[in-house]
Amino acid sequence: MTLEVRDLRLAYGAREALRGISFDVNRNEIFGVIGPAQSGKTSLLKCLNRTIDQVAGTTLSGTIRFDGEDVLRLRDVFSLRRRIGMVAPLPVGLPMSIYDNVAFAPRCAGMHHRADLDAIVERCLRQAALWDEVKDRLPSLGTALSGGQQQRLTIARALSHQPEVLCLDEFSIAIDPVTTMRIEDVLRELRGEMTIILVTNLVQQARRLADRTMFLWNGEIVELGPSSVVFSDTPASRRTYEYVNGIFG
Amino acid sequence: MDAIAPPVTRFARTPGVARRERLQAVAKWVFFTMALAMIVPLVAIVVYLLVQAAPSLNWEFLVEVPKKGMREGGIWPAFVGTLYLVAISLAIAAPIGVLAAIYLNEYSRESWFNRVINLAVINLAGVPSIVHALFGLGAFVYAARFGYSIISASLTLAIMTLPVIIASTREALASVPMSFREACWNVGATRWQTIRAVVLPNSISGILTGVILQVSRAAGETAPIMFTGAVFFKAVQRGDWFPYRLGDQCMALSMHLYTVSTQVPNVRESIPYATAVVLLGSVLLVNATAIAVRVWLRGRKKW
Ligand SMILES: Nc1ncnc2c1ncn2[C@@H]1O[C@H](COP(=O)(O)OP(=O)(O)O)[C@@H](O)[C@H]1O
Ligand SMILES: [Mg+2]
Repeated sequence: MTLEVRDLRLAYGAREALRGISFDVNRNEIFGVIGPAQSGKTSLLKCLNRTIDQVAGTTLSGTIRFDGEDVLRLRDVFSLRRRIGMVAPLPVGLPMSIYDNVAFAPRCAGMHHRADLDAIVERCLRQAALWDEVKDRLPSLGTALSGGQQQRLTIARALSHQPEVLCLDEFSIAIDPVTTMRIEDVLRELRGEMTIILVTNLVQQARRLADRTMFLWNGEIVELGPSSVVFSDTPASRRTYEYVNGIFG
Repeated sequence: MDAIAPPVTRFARTPGVARRERLQAVAKWVFFTMALAMIVPLVAIVVYLLVQAAPSLNWEFLVEVPKKGMREGGIWPAFVGTLYLVAISLAIAAPIGVLAAIYLNEYSRESWFNRVINLAVINLAGVPSIVHALFGLGAFVYAARFGYSIISASLTLAIMTLPVIIASTREALASVPMSFREACWNVGATRWQTIRAVVLPNSISGILTGVILQVSRAAGETAPIMFTGAVFFKAVQRGDWFPYRLGDQCMALSMHLYTVSTQVPNVRESIPYATAVVLLGSVLLVNATAIAVRVWLRGRKKW
């Protein structure tokens, strides 16, 4: 077990976003999270890497255990965020060179040897299926890449600190279908090395990739089970069937 | 088959179209005239000043000290005094203002403390300079016992420019997209690492511009320094770059302009105008530098 979430509750002011959810994420699985907009998927990820701390006026309770540690009470959130990588919905190339984009996290963690950084940059860009396209222009700006390339750059940046868990939040929302398929292949490759939490607005994407899928709705878990069950004609909940088949949501 | 004829009049000039076009032309001319009307007074002022100042305008006027009760000679002590006041006040206000703005924009969360500071900044920026002058007199000249001195006057100018520097710096910082910061936090960067790597490099041109624009304000004010450290006359060597110490009183261009225009009888008419030209020229020079720096940094902007 990598992550144990127990009775996690989150409210923005008076507005409840997560209403006491409990689940486990297993090591080296792809854990799919589906659900309509506003159901609390992004909020859940923000709790996992504690970027929820940046939002003022939240109340948070419950526990998240990660490798035996109590995430919500950790002091060193910076190490936590290196262990739990995060890819946001919209691609963000930082306004620096492609090389620096990938070397940024290792540098922040105190790594400054050029050879080490070179190795990390190449490994991560290769893993993110971007190396061949940018290997001849590493000093050029990350912000000048196309949207699909920037999303792969974002993934390379998330891999640069060797996370044990990689969270992706609707990564395909702003990129073309071809790039989406390439990134899906990347995720299949990464499955052996790390745990992946895949939040997706594309139900079919979870069906294609996830070992288990959780259906989140209005801050509650409607259903959690093997993808073969969740996406079958007879999932445990009728609402899952309706959402997956586009009848509501 | 074709029961309905295709609309052949699609691009025809109907009266409605013609009216819109006329309106469009009129609007364009009105806006153009207004833009022109802005430039006219500026050009007029500069030309008028230059023409009036011409008889006195030469290098000697800048580096020479005033003579015969300011009726002859130059303005060196006032010029150097203004340099001192502006430089010292900005050396105090710029670091404090920029660091405070970084704290307010990057570190502090939404809270009542933050809101109070915001309110204070906005209101302080709107306080008339004569009020700052009185405050400076009470706080620095008397309470802090700095006396009438360059340091009192500079501190007063610093207090006056501080809120504007805070406001303009915050604006520059806020123009850096939030998504950049979030991307940095997501890979485990601390706030300071994020600020250094992404926020400052991409807001520095705006920050510098905001600070440099305060030069003209500090250089132009009369009331705050008149109450706290500027004097009508101070004996100084011709061309001396270090005539004053911090505890001394000094002359200043804005004050000198006031003096020779209103306090001294029978001054040659070109002298006040030449003083104004030097003041305006110095400020424009600094502003031009600001623009150049901005253009240069903009060229390196990365998104
Ligand atoms: N920063 C925020 N401030 C206030 N409410 C928020 C904020 N972020 C999300 N919410 C609310 O929390 C709920 C869940 O949102 P979110 O986690 O973004 O859902 P999803 O990612 O599934 O679309 C929504 O009702 C949303 O309005
Ligand atoms: Mg979301």
